[in-house]
Amino acid sequence: MRSKRTLITGNEAIGEGAIKAGCFFYAGYPITPQNELTAFMAKRMAEEKRVFIQAESEISAINMVFGASASGVRAMTSSSSPGISLKQEGISYLAGCELPAVIVNVQRGGPGLGNIAPSQSDYFQATRGGGHGDYHQIVLAPGSVQECFDFMFLAFNLADKYRNPVMVLLDAFLGQMAEAIEIPNSKIQIPNYKKDWALTGAKGRAPNIIRSLFLEEGALEKHNLRLQKKYKKIKDSEQLFEIGNKSNSEIVFVAYGISYRIAKEVSLLLQGKGLKVALFRPITLWPFPYQALRDLAKDKRAVFVFELSCGQMVEDVRLALGERLPVYFYGRAGGGVFTEKELLNFVEEKLNA
Amino acid sequence: MPEFKKPQTLKDKPFHYCPGCGHGIVHRIIAEIVEELGIRERTVGVAPVGCAVVAYDYWDFDTTEAAHGRALAVATAIKRCRPQLTVFTYQGDGDLVSIGIAETLHSANRGENLTCIFINNACYGMTGGQMAPTTLIGQKTATTPQGRDPKRGEGYPLKVPELLANLKGVVYAERTSVDSPANIIKTRQAVKKAFLNQIEEKGFSLVEVLSQCPTIWGLSPVQAVKWVREVMTKEFPLGRVK
Repeated sequence: MRSKRTLITGNEAIGEGAIKAGCFFYAGYPITPQNELTAFMAKRMAEEKRVFIQAESEISAINMVFGASASGVRAMTSSSSPGISLKQEGISYLAGCELPAVIVNVQRGGPGLGNIAPSQSDYFQATRGGGHGDYHQIVLAPGSVQECFDFMFLAFNLADKYRNPVMVLLDAFLGQMAEAIEIPNSKIQIPNYKKDWALTGAKGRAPNIIRSLFLEEGALEKHNLRLQKKYKKIKDSEQLFEIGNKSNSEIVFVAYGISYRIAKEVSLLLQGKGLKVALFRPITLWPFPYQALRDLAKDKRAVFVFELSCGQMVEDVRLALGERLPVYFYGRAGGGVFTEKELLNFVEEKLNA
Repeated sequence: MPEFKKPQTLKDKPFHYCPGCGHGIVHRIIAEIVEELGIRERTVGVAPVGCAVVAYDYWDFDTTEAAHGRALAVATAIKRCRPQLTVFTYQGDGDLVSIGIAETLHSANRGENLTCIFINNACYGMTGGQMAPTTLIGQKTATTPQGRDPKRGEGYPLKVPELLANLKGVVYAERTSVDSPANIIKTRQAVKKAFLNQIEEKGFSLVEVLSQCPTIWGLSPVQAVKWVREVMTKEFPLGRVK
């Protein structure tokens, strides 16, 4: 397939990916560091004769996405950490009503207003629910600007396939940095998802009802158990990850997003010193690829986890590995970003201890 | 002479509402208008959180729930994505005026081509009768046991049509009631106009309906309609505001 090489930021790549993936509705609200995405969508959605709305609030934006999705179109919103907190009730409703939607979180430092620097401290919120009730959203973590573009197809397809919200989780670094990416010239085929549940007017069929309310005794438990069955299916069939230097390596680095890029550089430095490092990058943060990590780590000396947080994904790594081998964590908080040297020193210190 | 019967747009299911409640009357009025205008197959209703949360159990056309206060955000997106549909919200005073006031003002200010039916019963009915933004001065509720008092910081009854009338995006705002056959007929005419405005692509229309809540008010159904007529309309005058 012929493609065009384009220098573009992560935020813009998300937007162009969404457009190419058939996103028909976008609602957003200003918040740094994702404003370029909202501005990009304002321009591009109009060019494509699709719907863009600058909502009066983050809450309104996610509920507009609810309405758009209920009408059967591909719908998305984007924000950054504090704004994503405001959207959690809406995401819970999307999950409860089984409406597909894509939510982009370009993470910044928290808690509270925090700052506008890169962070990965919304991992718990993204992977553990965030809103109320027993539900899950699928979480995709791009590791490059190319993946910001590519994963929008994946995000919308998974959302439609499972009638479930999907979060694309990146950070201020990936959102703001520019890389050269391949954008296909021709139209990318999108699978045809039948949306016979959508609100399109009850013509020649019984009325469609979108609801998450189940008051009759036992009805809500039944609904929940059905949702759990769906989540199990997602866990069984949608785990994505990347593995590097699988064989002959002594230790494993686990990281995602921008942290993975830094960890990868550190692994090259260590290789130069004669220590071979395996790399593990979860791409779906939910469902987390526990078994793949277990398999990779089974004959290794130690595992190192690097995150731009005080330690969130590391809990999933420990869930995967238990006490079988040492799991060391190094993180930076509140918008701090580790350097290669910092990580190198940490690894050498732990291995020589 | 036309035969009086249940509109086809209402399911064959008895309303769960309390005796004397206004919801059943307004549900039926909407169903009648949808049938009369021949738009059942392109109508989408957005139900609120409140006593009317299960309105979709009664209306025989596409309907969705919405998070508390967000019906107009949901409706905005449905209408923008599928402009051929006729989309309306049905919301109570807590939903539309308190938790959802931002969505109310901004969808009205954007001039969304929507129909908004607003039920004002001066209280939160479903949750046990707490103070609403529309609760009258002196009215006792679960959270104003001594009667609503602006001097205690409990504010004043909020008048929605008057508030929206200042917004350029609003084409029609009227207050009606369902306390008598004459006023029910007027409500029917107002609801019809609010639907027609959308079909004619005129913009945002709101009908506020003063509706009795005998259970929470602690009145009989007959006393309740009398209270609407003699007390409530003094604070909330009936008629077209815009």
